[in-house]
Amino acid sequence: MTSTTAAAPAPVAKPAESAGGRPSRAVHRKWTEHGLVFIAPFLLVYAGFLIWPLISGLHMSLTSENITGTGGEFVGLDNYAEAVRDPEVWSSLWNTVWFTVLSTVPLVVVGLVLALLAHQLRVVQWLWRLSWFAPFLLPSGVVCLLFLNMILPSDFGLADQLLAAVGLTPEIGWLTDERYAMLSIVATTVWWTVGFNFLLYLAALQAIPAHLYEAAELDGAGAGKRLLHITLPMLSRTTGLVVVLQVLASLKIFDQVYIMTGGGPDDSTRPILQYVYQQGFTGYRIGYASAVSYIFFALILTVSLVQPLLSRRRAEEAAK
Amino acid sequence: MSGSTTVTTRPAPRRERSADAGGRRPRWTPGRIVLLVIALLLTAAWLLPLAWAVATSLKPEGDTTRTPLSWIGSRVTFDAYTKVWESGDLMVWLMNSAYISVMTTLLTVVTCAMAAYGFTRTDFRGRRLLYGLVLAGIMVPPQVLIAPLFREMVQLGLVDTYWGVILPQVAVPAMVFILVKFFEGVPRELEEAAFCDGAGRWRVFWTIVIPLSRPVLAAVAIFTFISTWNNFLWPFLVTTDPGGMTLPVGLVNVQSSFGVRYAQIMASLVIAGMPLLIVFAFFQRQIVRGIAHTGLAGQ
Repeated sequence: MTSTTAAAPAPVAKPAESAGGRPSRAVHRKWTEHGLVFIAPFLLVYAGFLIWPLISGLHMSLTSENITGTGGEFVGLDNYAEAVRDPEVWSSLWNTVWFTVLSTVPLVVVGLVLALLAHQLRVVQWLWRLSWFAPFLLPSGVVCLLFLNMILPSDFGLADQLLAAVGLTPEIGWLTDERYAMLSIVATTVWWTVGFNFLLYLAALQAIPAHLYEAAELDGAGAGKRLLHITLPMLSRTTGLVVVLQVLASLKIFDQVYIMTGGGPDDSTRPILQYVYQQGFTGYRIGYASAVSYIFFALILTVSLVQPLLSRRRAEEAAK
Repeated sequence: MSGSTTVTTRPAPRRERSADAGGRRPRWTPGRIVLLVIALLLTAAWLLPLAWAVATSLKPEGDTTRTPLSWIGSRVTFDAYTKVWESGDLMVWLMNSAYISVMTTLLTVVTCAMAAYGFTRTDFRGRRLLYGLVLAGIMVPPQVLIAPLFREMVQLGLVDTYWGVILPQVAVPAMVFILVKFFEGVPRELEEAAFCDGAGRWRVFWTIVIPLSRPVLAAVAIFTFISTWNNFLWPFLVTTDPGGMTLPVGLVNVQSSFGVRYAQIMASLVIAGMPLLIVFAFFQRQIVRGIAHTGLAGQ
């Protein structure tokens, strides 16, 4: 009980404070006792590089500012009104949603199938992880340049050559034909990122208690029944989570399209983030770009808010 | 995506054996052999693009676009690698990427851990409000802030600097959330004993809480490192000088100047892809656990 600063009577602390220049040990210790001291560094960066841009972006979206910082007159909701009437906003928003729809299904289903295979086989786990997860660790630039230069070019690309090896010569412009460009980007994305979902599913599978399967086996349930009545229901929470994470990740598509098609052919793959980039950074209309990103933000926010609502309803139904 | 997220894996970080039905090795029934064949085919499909990149990088430039399909050119050569290496850019980008990723990771871990400790173990006016503000930030994807962030960087004079790339990647609310959840489970008794011995909060934090939280800190660090190393959009926007670019940005930037020298492109991709794959080979277990831990709280 020698150093009970908190219990020390007030008169002791007071002269130390009034001494001004040299704070006593007691005062010095108090300084780190305040919780805000621990939170301050985070808060500083958080306020400076998340909260502040969030607010200043909202303000920018109400001005006619260009990227050099000039021409920032207040224009009210003009940018939003223009964005709603801008067909390019709608088409790039649609491309974003379409990519999300096309990519989420295979990314979730393939991830689940890979995890089930790895979990069921219980051998050479390192090999499955290495081949299915490792691509996730490659930068988007590496993956996209690989597919752009060596896999997808017509004729000498690996895709065409493999088809040729089995006697097909389809002459498909994987990235130059409007019918296939988006699908090629989806395929590249699945190859690249499915490993993340694979790992989430694998972790969930390993957490299912073994006694459930033992009991089912005693009851004579076959492999198919066990999968249908134990594994999949036990994974439903994970599936909900993986789907939402995947939708949110897919909505943010930029890298693959920018590197592989530049948005083409004929803007058919251009996502909303690329339109924001074009308006703000190459078209110099940063106020308008902000308005478009806030529309996009509203979309993302809706998706992230829908998930807790859905899972709550599901929990309520289960409770009934 | 807060709330319900962390549930699935946290209780069981290392139970690979428990599902193994009492540890006995499963028998090779016909069903399992079929599954094995399917798995091997899928593995082959996933490894094929990587193998093709490596094979191409070892061909003489003239053989790279030759058809029909051939895995080995007229001879095996490391010409592409020496050419890429000699040009020097790749080394600069590697160093930039390493510096930026290490700094971002360090700053993220320290600031987020401190904040999480402040939120779980101290009390002051407005603490709940601040925590609510941080949790709300989980909903903000950094990608929608590119325009205002870029203008801010121009005003601060941070375009084309390391700090311009690093700072916006440091304050990750999801990481605070993960750490708060973990710290809540650390028994208070250990800290109280230290307080009785006269240790201040600062000391308790560094000598007791931090060492106890090593696994979750490692998870946060690994996840931050991977996402910083691979981040494209922000470094791409905020760097214009090739000397300051990160590896992914630099590669995409010079792609056009490679022309049709495919062997060299593939050689630089192989070099660029190596670092994290090597890290993965060594830290498989931690990385897998890290993804399971942190992936669930969002990106």
